[in-house]
Amino acid sequence: MTGAAVVGQRATPASMTPMRELTYWQALQEALCDAMRRDPAVFVMGEDIGTYGGAFGVTRGLLEEFGPERVRCTPISEGTIVGAATGAALTGMRPVVEIMFMDFLTLTMDQLANHAAKFRYMYGPQARVPMVIRTPAGGGRCYGATHSQSLEAWFLHVPGLKVVAPSTPADAKGLLTAALHDDNPVLFVEHKLLYANSGDVPAGDHRVPLGCAALRREGSDVTLVSYSYYAGVALAAAEELAAAGIDAEVIDLRSLAPLDTATILASVRKTGRLICIEEGPRTGGVSAEIAAVVAEHAYEYLDAPVRRVGAIDTPIPFSPALEPAALPQRSDIVRTAREMFACRR
Amino acid sequence: MQLTYERVLGAYRTMRMIRSFEEKLVELVNLGKMSGFLHVYLGEEAVAAGVCAQLGEHDYVASTHRGHGHAIAKGVDVRGMMAELFGRRTGTCKGKGGSMHIADIDKGMLGANGIVGAGIPLATGAALTAKLKKTGGVAVAFFGDGASNQGAFHESLNLASIWKLPAVYVVENNGWGEFTPTDYVVPVKDIAERARSYAMPALIADGMDFFDVFAKAGEAIARARSGGGPTLLECKTYRFAGHYVGDALAYRPKDEAEKWMTERDPLRGFAERVLSDGLLNQDDLQRVDGEVSRHIEDAVKAAEAAPFPDASEVTTDVYADSHRRG
Repeated sequence: MTGAAVVGQRATPASMTPMRELTYWQALQEALCDAMRRDPAVFVMGEDIGTYGGAFGVTRGLLEEFGPERVRCTPISEGTIVGAATGAALTGMRPVVEIMFMDFLTLTMDQLANHAAKFRYMYGPQARVPMVIRTPAGGGRCYGATHSQSLEAWFLHVPGLKVVAPSTPADAKGLLTAALHDDNPVLFVEHKLLYANSGDVPAGDHRVPLGCAALRREGSDVTLVSYSYYAGVALAAAEELAAAGIDAEVIDLRSLAPLDTATILASVRKTGRLICIEEGPRTGGVSAEIAAVVAEHAYEYLDAPVRRVGAIDTPIPFSPALEPAALPQRSDIVRTAREMFACRR
Repeated sequence: MQLTYERVLGAYRTMRMIRSFEEKLVELVNLGKMSGFLHVYLGEEAVAAGVCAQLGEHDYVASTHRGHGHAIAKGVDVRGMMAELFGRRTGTCKGKGGSMHIADIDKGMLGANGIVGAGIPLATGAALTAKLKKTGGVAVAFFGDGASNQGAFHESLNLASIWKLPAVYVVENNGWGEFTPTDYVVPVKDIAERARSYAMPALIADGMDFFDVFAKAGEAIARARSGGGPTLLECKTYRFAGHYVGDALAYRPKDEAEKWMTERDPLRGFAERVLSDGLLNQDDLQRVDGEVSRHIEDAVKAAEAAPFPDASEVTTDVYADSHRRG
């Protein structure tokens, strides 16, 4: 992959694309509905996605429009939901699964990692698994240790899966539309704190290619790389740093697999400094992978050691007093950046 | 489905093909000519043959680590399978699947499967495809007694029952879950009893008798095809060989195996039945034996002569290139 989309750039010319302000959840729903209207092979299944509309409301109204055959409310059986979706995908359907909380992907690991991810490789071109697994990740709502996790790093370790994590309503629609056109299993990571956010979303067939990061802010001093909710946190941190005289560049990865390493490397070669930011625990995380890529390919451009900002290596505590201490904060990003310039300033 | 002369002959050919194919595999492994982790189906041939004789090309099966028999019975080309087991480019899966991952999607064979019980949800999903696309197709999950202790089994039977999916769950109860006797790990006498929890009809067949399996599978498949929902079909069978090729079998009483092999061999039972009923004659059987034997020898020769995959193949097909749709 080469070249991040620059701030504000769209797949289709803006002049031809009417914009509306939608929330993140509405943008996701629009992508789902467009796909279901376009392609009878697309159907959705998951827990409480029918009358109830899904735990975070993304599928509300779908049952009325598409009926119970295509909006399939399932028993609480995550492993078999994903397994059945894999079997349906292998035989010509394009299922979209909602897993109510990302933490519950633990129950689907065999089907995702051993089967869905590997069929194409093991069976060759005769096999396709066009399937999207949507799931909300992240903390910040005091849901405790089993309903707050960001587990996306695990899935980067499984060749054959794609992993996507949008941060804006426009990308929510664009990436989901692209995922729905993809012939591979795509893990689509949403974020609980983003569903209510609003933003301009292009109408019509808006696709954001998988594997293409977005440059959210240009800067010359330090590169901040993040995704999902923390892309916004990184952007806010960059504004705070600007006031302190540090000009940060912000990259929103949007896709974790495939990873847009070209955009990361180009930025680091320019700024000479890198902070990787993620919500999951630091050990073995997405940031570790990015740091390794930069060490391998751009070591000579680095003016300071790569830094990581992530959750501390503990389960996520419930108490409103403790949760913020476990999860990364904007202030952590700002402090880390200032430390990188401590000698200079 | 009526058992015409051609169908009876075809059933014998299927069972003989499975038997001879796997006897050849054991020989090749023992000679050091074939590598990999192989689990053979010897002794259980009547189950795959009996069930698949009721299926068409538009029906699906999902299989197990002991999957050669299901693949052969579902019509997968034996030459391709042999080449696959030799790791050749001409194999069913270009040599990248191996014994536990042979699939032929066009033939409705959704794959052998290296994880116990994992094929059950896959077949359930294939049944969902048949229902949504209204193809009239049926999906069959083959699995062992051991898999009936996996969550995937229980979740899938429940899901198929509430959605009335056109699925048949065929449990091949061979008395042994890997190296542990089934009655130690399964508290019910018949695994078929487990269907009751899911308000699902259940049948028990003599898995060493093609005709019994054929009849009971026919009932279950007809119910599924006509919208009557899923069935759990338990086939009582026996694994003549060990869990894997090379298993020394120290854990299993010798006389138990000998009794099954001398008294209940499904091929011998089939031959006796068709001869006494006048369905086939001795010439028919001998002709099939000869054809199968030559076919397998040819398959081995072709596989051994076939090229290995090019080293560049190691990075192909990790992902499908998505075609542009819509």
